[in-house]
Formats: sequence, C-alpha cells, structure tokens
Amino acid sequence: MVNPVVVSGPPSLPTPVVEGARHRSHPVLWFVSKRVGAALLTLFIVSVLIFLCTSVIPGNAVTVILGRSATPHTVAVLEARLGLDKSLLAQYLSWLGGLFHGNLGNSAVALAQQQPDPSIAHTLKDPLINSLILGGITAILLIPLTLLLGALAGIKADRALDQAISFPSLILAGLPEFVTGALLIYIFFTLLHALPPVSLVAPGASPLSTPKILILPVMTLLVVAVGSGIRQIRLGMIEVLQTDFVQFARLNGVKERRVLVRYGMRNAVANSVQTIAQNLQYLVGGIIVVESVFAYPGLGVYLVNAVQARDTNKILAVSIILAALYTFINIVADLLVVFLVPRLRTELV
Amino acid sequence: MSTVAHSFRGSRTVISGVLRTNGGRIGLGLLVITFFIALFGGFFAPYSPYETLGVPGAPPGNGHLLGLDFIGRDVFSRLLYGGRSTLVLAGLATILTYSVGGLIGLVAGFSRSKIDPILMRSVDILLSVPALLVILLLVTGFGSGSLVLVLATSLVLMPGVARIVRSATLEVSTRGYVEAAIARGEPTRALLLREVLPNISGIVTADLGLRFSWSIILIASVNFLGIGIQPPTPDWGLMISENRVVIGSNPFAIVAPSVVLAMLIIAVNLVGDAYVRQLDRSSGSE
Repeated sequence: MVNPVVVSGPPSLPTPVVEGARHRSHPVLWFVSKRVGAALLTLFIVSVLIFLCTSVIPGNAVTVILGRSATPHTVAVLEARLGLDKSLLAQYLSWLGGLFHGNLGNSAVALAQQQPDPSIAHTLKDPLINSLILGGITAILLIPLTLLLGALAGIKADRALDQAISFPSLILAGLPEFVTGALLIYIFFTLLHALPPVSLVAPGASPLSTPKILILPVMTLLVVAVGSGIRQIRLGMIEVLQTDFVQFARLNGVKERRVLVRYGMRNAVANSVQTIAQNLQYLVGGIIVVESVFAYPGLGVYLVNAVQARDTNKILAVSIILAALYTFINIVADLLVVFLVPRLRTELV
Repeated sequence: MSTVAHSFRGSRTVISGVLRTNGGRIGLGLLVITFFIALFGGFFAPYSPYETLGVPGAPPGNGHLLGLDFIGRDVFSRLLYGGRSTLVLAGLATILTYSVGGLIGLVAGFSRSKIDPILMRSVDILLSVPALLVILLLVTGFGSGSLVLVLATSLVLMPGVARIVRSATLEVSTRGYVEAAIARGEPTRALLLREVLPNISGIVTADLGLRFSWSIILIASVNFLGIGIQPPTPDWGLMISENRVVIGSNPFAIVAPSVVLAMLIIAVNLVGDAYVRQLDRSSGSE
C-alpha cells in the first residue's frame, strides 16, 4: 500500500519508480517466475540436505544391508557398485544428473542380493500410482467437506451448529493418524465386521478394483485433515463477516443470503485457498503413517521399508518426490490466491 | 500491557484461568490422569512388562485386565509402563524447540539487520518438506537413538516457534520502554532478558500446548512406524503397531494404548485452548 504500483493498467504505462520498472511491465509474469525460481532454489537446497542426511555414515548403510555376510571385500565391492567410493560431490552430481533422465539409481539391497535388475525407477511406479489414488480420492472429498463445514461453523459462530462442528474437530484433528486409524479399525472391523483391517493390494493390481479397502484409509486421512481445516476456514469467515463492508451491506438491507455469498464467501477465498493447500500438503506427509497403519502398498510404506533397510537410494527417491509435491502445492496455492484476489496483486512487486 | 501482567502472575492464576471453561476443566483433569499413568503407572503394574505369561492374544480374563499381547505379555502392565518414554522425550523436545527456536526468533526479531532475513529464510527451508520425512531422514543418517529422536523432533518444530517469537519481538522492540532502555545504553543481553522476554512470554506460553502435543504425536508416530524406540520396550505407539496381528482375538491390546494416547493429546490441546481463550479474554477486557 505504501508505494503506488500499476497493476491492471496497460503494460506500456510509465511507472513513477525507475528501479524495478522492468518488472512492473509484466507484474504477474514477474511474480510467477520469481515464485517458481524461489521454489526451485528451495528444492535444490532440500535435495542437497536430503542427500547429506542419507550419506552421513557412508559405510554404515552398506554394512547394515550386508549383515553377516559383510567382509571388507564384499563391503568394498558393494560400495564401488553404488558409487560410494567417489567423492560426495561427485556422488551428488551423478545422482542429480540421473534424476533429470528419470534414473533414480540402484537399490543397495537389490545389489546385495544380486537381483538381475537393481534399478529403482520401475519399483516406484506402483507405489506412486497407489499413493496418488489414495491421496486423490481423499482430496476430492476433503475440499468440499472442509469448505462447507468451516463456512457453516463460521456463519453460525458460537451457536449450537458451530459447537456441533467445532468441538469434535478440535478433538479429532489433534489425534495422530495411527490412533484414529486403530480406533476406526476397532469400530468397523472388530465391532461391525464391515470393513477389512488391512488394505492389501496384489502386486500389479489396482486398489480401485477393490474399493472397499480404500474406505478406512481415506476416512482416517479425512478425519485429521478436515478437522484442522475447519478451524481455519471458520476463523477466516468470522473475520470477514466482521469487516466494515459486510456490516454496511447488512445495514443497507442487502439480503443475508446475498451478504454471505457476495461479500462473505468471496473475501474468504484467499484464506480458503491457503487452508486447502495446507491440507493437501498435510496429505503428502500423512500418507506415510496412514499407509503403514493399513499396510497399503504406496509410497509411504515403500519409504518406511527403505528406512528400516537403510536402502539409501530408495529413501532419496521417495523423499525428493514428496518434497517436490509439497513445493508444487505451495506454488499453485500462491499463484491461485493472486489470480483470484486482485487486491493482493498490489503486493506482487 | 496484558502480557506484562501475565508474566508476573503465578502459575496458580494460570490454572484458575484455565479452569474457567468447561474444556479447560475436562482437559486439566485428563492431563493429571494421563501424566500420572505415564510417569508413575509402572509402580502399580501387576506384572513385568517383559514377561511372557500365557497364550499370545488372549482376551481379558485370568487376572489380566486387558488380556495378553502378541507374544503373551500382560497388556495392562505394558500400558502402565508405556507412556513414560514418549512423554519424557516429547517434553525434552519441546524444551529444546523453545530454547533454539526462541533464541533464533529473538535475534532475528531484534537485530534490524540482514541477519533477520537470513535466519528466517534458512529456518523456512525446514518447512518445505513434511515434518515426518525430516525425522525419517535424520533417523536414517544418525540412527534411532533417543537423542536423535529428540533433536529431530525439535528441529522440525523449531521454525514455527522462531516465527512466533520473531514477530512478537519485532512488535515489542518498538515500544517506548524498550527504546528507552536502548537509549540508556543497556547491553543487548539485558535488553533481551529484561525488556523483551518478559513481554512476549504470554504469546509464547499460548503456543506451548500446540508444540507439546505435536512433539508427542511426532515421537509416537515414529515409534509406531518401528523406527523409534525399539522392542521389547513397552511404548504406546509401538504397542499399537506390534499388536495388530492379534486385533481379532484381543482388540484391547490396540484399543487401550490408542485411548490413553488420545486422552493425553486431547488433554494437552484442551488445556492449551482454554489458556488461549483466557488470554484473549483478559487482553480484550483492557
């Protein structure tokens, strides 16, 4: 608000400030590239950190994997095949180079067991698709549920309906996924005999062919994510309804329905997009635990198994996928907010 | 000025403030019960938490209140022992989170120099990956010892604390009494300890419940995933995962630790929520 910024004017309009004038001729384009650049930089730093984490104790992983068959000779051979004998920088660069060609390296465990094809990329396909199915179904249900319940609680703030929505969400959203999952298994498997306690999928099969196994994992994720989202949407709605323009609209005799839709909902958009983005980001991490609860063969279970086996290249691959997804959601949300709420564009430059 | 008043009030007034709401009363009651179970439950355990006593997965009966677990150990005894490690580790992680995150936030908020953006941007990097993933990566690199768990948990919770403390410090440091202290030429350390810290303690305390419950959740989740505290140690998170094989014959082996863990977390959240409401009320009345 401090410096006057030309936002929606024609691009050729001369701006009063000389510095940064070039950016302001295409403010949106500049903003998009700035955000994407920052995200790529973050992702690069994260990839370096992830890489360092998995290679802190280089000898350790190989020794753990080889177990009792670890002799100085077998260790040296496996290290050479994994490229661990090279410098850390060379290892990182070759890993990063492979990443751009879709080559995610070899599984140390598969190499140690002398399997014919130790490459990771093909073992990742099924878990990735399975996780996307689980996350996708959850997201489709999550977004309308969060918005609807949150807005209702906000409009009826402190009345019975709000209490009926807010109190359970405060209780349920705080619980870890595995506790919610265990309690849901108790209710729907032990007591009601209605749903299976584990969500096993045969290798190569699609979880969509047995939709019943998806119900409890989706429910578990929904309970946690919807619960925390409701609180934020509710607060945003309350805040908007207290603003001057809503009060004036009411005083001017605009119908309540119209006040809520035209003035309330529209101005709660920025907050809602951020909340939904946080919810989706939560899903990226949440699947790690939920998949483990139900033994659902997705990226989460794949990652946990890899951590237990110290299979570093697998851990690297899943971590970078999850981190990229996380960053991607962030950028999309940022851009969406700016396109949906013109007012915020003044902060672009 | 409410924050000034708060820092000089004793813990007794904080408790009475929390007790003013229904949620606070229920929360505090649950908190006392679950803390007692977690910290001192072991003294009341009827059996050893490690001894195999009968058929694996036997339902309640025969003097076993909650039946036997997947290798025939007494579930009730393991339940009484199983909260201590998680609670103590989560407590330590919370303290560490506030020490490091608080220091970073104070320095960043008070520096008025390039240090501020540098510190905050580096801290933000930690927020660009799922918290649990960071912990898993650190466990991969450094092993699953208790120290690593505590350090990793506080590392992922630290950015949030740093942000809150930074913005509170930034706000306080422009107030008259701080400017006056600067003009008097007081050393930075004294400024931070005597002028800034007491005046942001209210905001920081309001956030404490949230961080503590997240610490509990993260540590319990890592234990559940089998990469934290190792068997045969009795631990609520671990019990829930290892007893899944006997859910058909003795569901209590899973339900009981789930319920106490849920009670503990709900209690922390309710008390935290009641404290924040009380804080809002007292600052709103002035």
